[in-house]
Amino acid sequence: MTTTTEQLADLSATTLLRFATAGSVDDGKSTLVGRLLHDSKSVLTDQLEAVEHASRNRGQETPDLALLTDGLRAEREQGITIDVAYRYFATARRRFILADTPGHVQYTRNMVTGASTADLAVVLVDARNGVIEQTRRHAAVAALLRVPHVVLAVNKMDLVDYAEPVFAKIAEEFTAYASDLGVPEITAIPISALAGDNVVEPSANMDWYGGPTVLEHLETVPVSHDLTSCHARLPVQVVIRPQTAEHPDYRGYAGQIAAGTFRVGESVTVLPSGRTSKVSGIDLLGKSVDVAWTPQSVTLLLEDDIDISRGDLIVPTGDAPATSQDVEATVCHVADQPLAVGQRVLLKHTTRTVKAIVKEIPSRLTLDDLSQHPEPGQLVANDIGRVKVRTAEPVALDDYADSRRTGSFLLIDPSDGTTLAAGMAGEAFGGKAHAAHAEETAPASDDDGWDF
Amino acid sequence: MTTVAPTTGEETDSPYALSHLDALESEAVHIFREVAGEFERPVILFSGGKDSIVMLHLALKAFAPAPVPFTLLHVDTGHNFPEVLEYRDRVVAEHGLRLHVASVQEYIDRGALKERPDGTRNPLQTVPLTEKIQAERFDAVFGGGRRDEEKARAKERVFSLRDEFSQWDPRRQRPELWQLYNGRHAPGEHVRVFPLSNWTELDVWQYIAREGIALPEIYFAHERDVFKRSGMWLTAGEWGGPKDGESVEKRLIRYRTVGDMSCTGAVDSDATTLDAVIAEIAASRLTERGATRADDKMSEAAMEDRKREGYF
Repeated sequence: MTTTTEQLADLSATTLLRFATAGSVDDGKSTLVGRLLHDSKSVLTDQLEAVEHASRNRGQETPDLALLTDGLRAEREQGITIDVAYRYFATARRRFILADTPGHVQYTRNMVTGASTADLAVVLVDARNGVIEQTRRHAAVAALLRVPHVVLAVNKMDLVDYAEPVFAKIAEEFTAYASDLGVPEITAIPISALAGDNVVEPSANMDWYGGPTVLEHLETVPVSHDLTSCHARLPVQVVIRPQTAEHPDYRGYAGQIAAGTFRVGESVTVLPSGRTSKVSGIDLLGKSVDVAWTPQSVTLLLEDDIDISRGDLIVPTGDAPATSQDVEATVCHVADQPLAVGQRVLLKHTTRTVKAIVKEIPSRLTLDDLSQHPEPGQLVANDIGRVKVRTAEPVALDDYADSRRTGSFLLIDPSDGTTLAAGMAGEAFGGKAHAAHAEETAPASDDDGWDF
Repeated sequence: MTTVAPTTGEETDSPYALSHLDALESEAVHIFREVAGEFERPVILFSGGKDSIVMLHLALKAFAPAPVPFTLLHVDTGHNFPEVLEYRDRVVAEHGLRLHVASVQEYIDRGALKERPDGTRNPLQTVPLTEKIQAERFDAVFGGGRRDEEKARAKERVFSLRDEFSQWDPRRQRPELWQLYNGRHAPGEHVRVFPLSNWTELDVWQYIAREGIALPEIYFAHERDVFKRSGMWLTAGEWGGPKDGESVEKRLIRYRTVGDMSCTGAVDSDATTLDAVIAEIAASRLTERGATRADDKMSEAAMEDRKREGYF
């Protein structure tokens, strides 16, 4: 045994990166995922044996690594990935949670699911085909979901003689497109997932490339932003009142800090009531601290005994989001049943669920070319569109651009509980969005946002 | 008051980056609190195994200084390790919790379930579990399942809706977006909740070490009478082993998982401390279930099929 206690201590000090992969059916996504898992030694002997055994039973001569990731009977039968699966691997520098999302057009909702919690998205492109519609769709979803980092992995470089101009052209086209959509950071990497070039090991075949390998980039990309400039938000999950002899007066507001930082002594306002108080203490899972930040789960204690319950939002006084009963947002429709104008729904925002009605569906977006279709009347599975919703009670929504956690919501069917749509408040994209087609159809706008 | 300086991550990370264990802990606590806020009758599946022990520890932290607002449920196969039952009862008493027990033996005794020819009782747990859930009208059932355990579990949601027959339909799962868990369900339906979804076996062990959580002794190397069946060391006992042709020997072993004695294998090990166990797992080339669970080897879709029927 060579592992020492110091090394183990190092292991637990590593950070966690959540990322999602996106790619068309034959772009080699499974191979890339397989190689990342395999080369980081996350595929263990018994799993490989199971894959070899299953592959032999199917008459395949070489182990089919897709069987490692296709966990459902129906997926193995059809040889496609239907649903998002989460995979785990680690290096000495970092732990990873990979949302492995299907590439089929009809599973846009699954990429949305994977991207909603991702710090980074890897978009795969086949070097022979370059940027295709599906690539633009993936870039648009990453931009829409405000995934902070996007990696363009130009795969199958071995099939284009590892030629730099091929890579440069694709990287340039993608970067221009994604930047216009507002993707803040794009890293393009030429790879061959099959041959192993630039996935884990630097490629000897592409000495013209001086950047990081995929794994090196995943290990070093910053996972958190500077929180000091973020608006602090604490959605109250439960009120903790022990009412015991030991803690007769303890009254704490428990929740996971959704954005920013909270400090003892700070003046806070409770929404939607608007009452104010001061933070008298912060319990970080049994430990008293004087500052806490996202995504820590904490319990806030306040100086005044004011009425606060689940669904309330605690914010710094003077930095409160506007509360409103009229929500305008971009939604991705994730259910098989449609969403129509006039429909009664539930809107779940942080820890608060309110009744709502769909007032308008002003437009539906075609991700292929970012064209917009006015007044579609309804949205169906995998549609992305603008909606206007009237809520029965005021909600305190931030712009999704400012806070993915407090700017997002679900629309739920009250009759059977189905999650209908994933909502993002505010403007859809952050960039200039002067895609050729959009220029033709979008009215001139003074601001930088792109409203469709 | 203790001041906690922001964790120092790697150079490229902001001072506000959490360590991966802190991030997993915070996420799990958020899940426990969501259930407390949205459900009427939640219950924690508690087997006395390390995952359920970690779940209980997280629940204790999530609501401190108030008591855990959930009861516990143990599905007792009748083939449990005595050390584990003893641990279970000690923990329940220590924290003043309420324990429900669903007994496989009771079902067999009254003829409601038949013993399998291979003697394993693991698949028999489904009926007592689901009937107990219906009888007690539990609407949220916490399980310690982790997505790294098995490829069907890799597809499992954190909040997973089960119909009135407790069945899982993997093709009709609700998409899970951001941290907005949708727990809505009709009467008779319930939601399985997996707060450790994103944890790996190594995370669980590192967390146990960091938090100083006590475990049943069978997790650490000890001498025990075992015999070999299907390539695994099983504990000899009244449950049905060894049979003809199988011979008992005394070996230094430990358990990586705790389940029914009839299908949970031990591994050769000299790891007597948490650090030694962690080092052993970090170096192991076998998964936890591959090394120690006979029931998962029955077919390629064994876990998926059992989960569809209502297994955890």
